[in-house]
Parts: sequence; C-alpha cells; structure tokens
Amino acid sequence: MTATLERGLNALREQIDAPVASFFTSCVSCGICAEACLFYKETGDPKYTPIHKLDLMRRMWSNEYTLLGRAKAMLGLGKKITDEDLTEWEELVYDSCTMCGRCTMVCPVGNDITMMIRKMREGMSASGHGPHDLVGAAERHTDGTSPMGDLTKALLARVKQASAETGLEIELDKPGVDYMLILSSHEIASGEEMIAAVARILHQAGVTWTISTEGFEATNVGIQLGNRDVARNLVSRVVNAAEKLGVKGVISPECGHAFQAIRWEGPNLIGREYPFEVVHIIELLDKLRAEGKLKTKGMDHDRITFHDPCQLNRRGGINREPRNLLNMVADNFIETENAGTMNWCCSGGGGVGANERANDLQATAFNIKKRQFEAVAPEKIVTMCAFCHTTLENQLEARGMDDIEVLGLTEMIGEYLDDED
Amino acid sequence: MNNPYFDLLMWARGPGFDIALTIMIGGILLRVVEIVVLGRKKDFAKPKGSPVGQGLKTIFTRSVPRKGAMMEAPVTYIGGYVFHIGFAIAFLFLGAHIALVDDLIGLSWPAANKALIETATAASVLALIALAWTRVKDPVRRALTRFDDWLVLVLSGLPLVTGYIAVNQIFGDPTLMMAVHILSAELLMIAFPFTKLMHAVTFAMARYYNGSIQGRKGAES
Repeated sequence: MTATLERGLNALREQIDAPVASFFTSCVSCGICAEACLFYKETGDPKYTPIHKLDLMRRMWSNEYTLLGRAKAMLGLGKKITDEDLTEWEELVYDSCTMCGRCTMVCPVGNDITMMIRKMREGMSASGHGPHDLVGAAERHTDGTSPMGDLTKALLARVKQASAETGLEIELDKPGVDYMLILSSHEIASGEEMIAAVARILHQAGVTWTISTEGFEATNVGIQLGNRDVARNLVSRVVNAAEKLGVKGVISPECGHAFQAIRWEGPNLIGREYPFEVVHIIELLDKLRAEGKLKTKGMDHDRITFHDPCQLNRRGGINREPRNLLNMVADNFIETENAGTMNWCCSGGGGVGANERANDLQATAFNIKKRQFEAVAPEKIVTMCAFCHTTLENQLEARGMDDIEVLGLTEMIGEYLDDED
Repeated sequence: MNNPYFDLLMWARGPGFDIALTIMIGGILLRVVEIVVLGRKKDFAKPKGSPVGQGLKTIFTRSVPRKGAMMEAPVTYIGGYVFHIGFAIAFLFLGAHIALVDDLIGLSWPAANKALIETATAASVLALIALAWTRVKDPVRRALTRFDDWLVLVLSGLPLVTGYIAVNQIFGDPTLMMAVHILSAELLMIAFPFTKLMHAVTFAMARYYNGSIQGRKGAES
C-alpha cells in the first residue's frame, strides 16, 4: 500500500461516525435516490445512483466497523479498497455529484447521502484523487486571496467604482461597524454591481458595514474538494478579519457553497462558536424588510421565476426570504414545478462547474433544469447565488436561450430601491 | 399423539424460539451500540431551527413520500408499503401471535379476523415478488442488489408463505408445517441483526440524524 493511499483511507476512517454507520446500516438498496439525482435522471446510467457513489465508504464501514465485517476480515475475507477503486470512483464522487441534496430528501430510511459524499471527498482528496482543477483552485486560493489568484487590486477598483456610482463612501477595514461583507470572486470579477447594490440598500437602512482587505473572499474550494485543512485555513481568514474588526456580523454574499462554508461548516472547522453572527445577504435584506427598513418603489412586470440554489435553500434553510423580497418588486412572479426545497440543481454546484473534465456530463445534466424552466417560460430568472447565476447564463446561452435574462436578487432589489431624497 | 413431527414442533416452540430471541435481541443491542459508540462531533454552528425537534419529527414524516416521488419508482414505493403493512397485520394481529406476545411480556390486544390476515399475507407475498422483480428487471435496483438483499427477501417471505400453508393445511403434515413456519420465523430473527433487516431498528436513528442536521439549518427534511 502506498503512503498516499494509506493517508486517504485514514482520512476516510476519520469521517465515519454514528450518523454514517446508522445510514449504511439502514440502507435497503431500494434505489429511490437514483430518481432524485439529476445525473441519473438525464443519463439513465445506474452508476450515477447516489448511494452507489458511496460504495467504497460503505465497504470500509462494513469491513472495519461492523461485527460481521470484522469477523470476515479476520478470516481474510472482505474486499479491500485499492488505488484503482479510488480512481474509478473519482468521476462518481466529484464529476457526477453537485452535492445538491435531493437524494437526502427522498431516502425512505433518512440517509443523508449528500453529507456522506462531502465526507468521502475527504478521503478522495487525501489519497490524491481530487480533480485537477479543484486542486489547482485550492493551491491558488491558499497562496493568494482567491481561487482566481490575488484579487485585492480588483476589489479595490470595484469598491472605487461602486463608490463613484452610488456617491456613497465605502470604507475598507473599518472597525466597529455592524457588518463585514465578504464576496465571491465571481462577484468581484463580474463588476461592481453587487457592492453598489449593498452600499445603497444598507445606507438606506442605516446599517454600517465594511469590507476587510484581509478576508474578503467568500468561496471555499476546500469544502468542494473535501480538504478540511484548506477549508479551515480559508474560513479562518474571514473569522480572523471579522474578529479583528469587532463586527457584529458577517454578510455571506450570493454564493451557495460560501454560505455553507462560513455559516454551517466554519464553526466546526475551527472547533468553536463565532463571536459574531453570519447572515446570508438575502436573510439580512428580508430582516430589514420585516423591520420596515427596506423600501422599494415600482414593480417589474416581466414574467419572472426564481431559482433556489441548493446550498441556500435545501441545504441552507433559506426558503421564504427570497420570495418575500421578490414579491416586493415583481408582480408577475411564477414558481416552477419543484420550486423551493425540491428544486433541481443548476448543474454547476459542488465543484462540478469548476471541474473542466465534467463539462459534457454537466451539460447533459442541465437538461432537466432547462425543462423545468421551459414549463413556465420565464422572461427573467432571479437567483441568489453568483455561481448558479453564471451557470444558468452559460448553459442557457449554449442552447440559444439567452433571451432569458438571469438576475441576482440583491441587484434587483437595488434597482427598485426607493432611496431618492 | 404419535406424530413424528411433534418433538420438532415442541423444540421450535421452546428452546428454538428462546435461542432465536436471545440472538436477535443481543445482536440488535450489539449492533446499535456499535453505531452509537462511533459518536458524533458537537456542532458549533448556531442553530437556525430546532435540531432535536425536527429530528424526532422526521422519524415519522419520512414515512410519507415527497410529492411526486412515488411516480418515479412506483413498484418500489407501492411494493414497499404493501409488504410492510401486510407483514405488520399478519404478524401483529393473528390470534396465535398475540398469545405468544402475551406469554412473553403479558401484553395483548384484539385479533383480526381470518379474512383480513389472509388478504394481508397474500398481498405481502405478492409485494415481495414485485420487489424481487424490480431487482431483476430494473437496471438501478439490479446494480445495487447484493446477496444480502436476496437473503432478506427470502427470509421475510418464508414465514408468510409457511404460515399460510400451515394454518390452511394446504399440503404436508400440519404439525410439520407449523414447525417449519416457526423455524422460518426463527431464521428471520437470527438473521435480523446481521443483515439489512437491521433497518427496521436503525431507520429511526438515520431519520433522526437526517432531521436534526437539516433542522439545525432551518431547512426541511
């Protein structure tokens, strides 16, 4: 056994806990998870059955953590996991799973299959089986300030643009304010709109905020690759920056996995509670709405539908908030079938969209999303994740459907903000 | 009373049953302990919803399929429901079974009539056949099916079939058939802790964990 394989298997062993054991013990291989998976649905290939993607982890659990398995192992029975197995499973664990969580919702015995994929990726990456593109992004982010390299200069330029556009002063690294905003590199790369919208909305609401130059990147490739060390390091940058500035809260931007990373995994990665709260920007806007601090003017009359990002709704608990906000500014809002908790994934999450090797498979899987939209024929699609946003735009464009406009909800609220003096 | 199978029946009803019950209960306890000792790390993320409340709730709510899901895999869903409900009726509401439980723990309840028991038994066996059919015909189920899956299908079906034959004296010596019925149930009990039959206990743990993970986030489960 090579050292890397040994390291991978040890990393996987560390992931096996009571929930995992209860899940594997309970699985009756009914296969109902298959029909919940966009990759199985669109290819019809049984190898994409979600629980099958975990078969190596199941084998380890069975061989080492069950009575009968251990008895078999003592007799020299029970198939060991080899490097070839791990190579074969790479496609199943990374390329064909966006960790969207639909399988977790339908499993009759209640197995959280998605959580186990997240765990299995720890073993895969430790054994050198992480996808090349995700490993590269992790290296760039670890060495620089974002998976795109060092984005500090770009951030400063965007803040300057947003300030000029809004006429509002945006102070970086300002201690003692209410919130510290973090951003996804997509939002920084694509323009100043997000920063400008947040500046105007929070100004109107009387909320003070800042951006730290020491921890502004929200994305965390560590949780997609399945590398706790990388994930912990990236989360720590944000936590340290927020603690240094003494803010009351951190605003997670329109990015699904970033919210998952900072809000739900982060405290466990660093092993303690935060001294500040973490809110998704849409949660904050809805809170301001409820407090009467968010005022809008006018309505969008186009046929608008909403795309729920998996990590924010199904796996993040943000469901009503965006709908409350959309109803403030859109009077022709129509829900797709399966909207909300059982929405279909954009096909790009969980690192799939950043993994070039998975491009063709992703394009095939997107077709279920396409049909979901076609059934309501929207003129505009609103979402609250920059990566879903980019994925939808690209996939729609590739199918000649770019007459449908894709919008971020924060920017849309910004457009209808009633902040005229 | 010179039936040559009488001793076998007596053994099955006496020592055989005690052995099977001991292995089943001891085995289940071991398997549950084996899971629980693995533990679970404390979650430091501030909850948005109620982890414990939703965990407990999910143990029950997950018994109902999500909207639209049933049509995605109708044989598995309907077969699954019919088998479980049919098996439960035949097992829990047959007079002789109630007498056995009364004997063991002093609890009893009214028995169902013969027609209901027999309909439930027949439906349950048909459901098992349908479930077996999907394991052969459907590519997803075929790929997932291992020896364990066939074993539990057969072991679950045997007590139903042999019970029906013994009660209705369809063929064979009635005493022998009753002994075979009891032995088949004992086989099921012995296999329980070491096969996928364990799901009948651990599903509650799995659903609880699922509900509590989702509940912490304020997400549905």
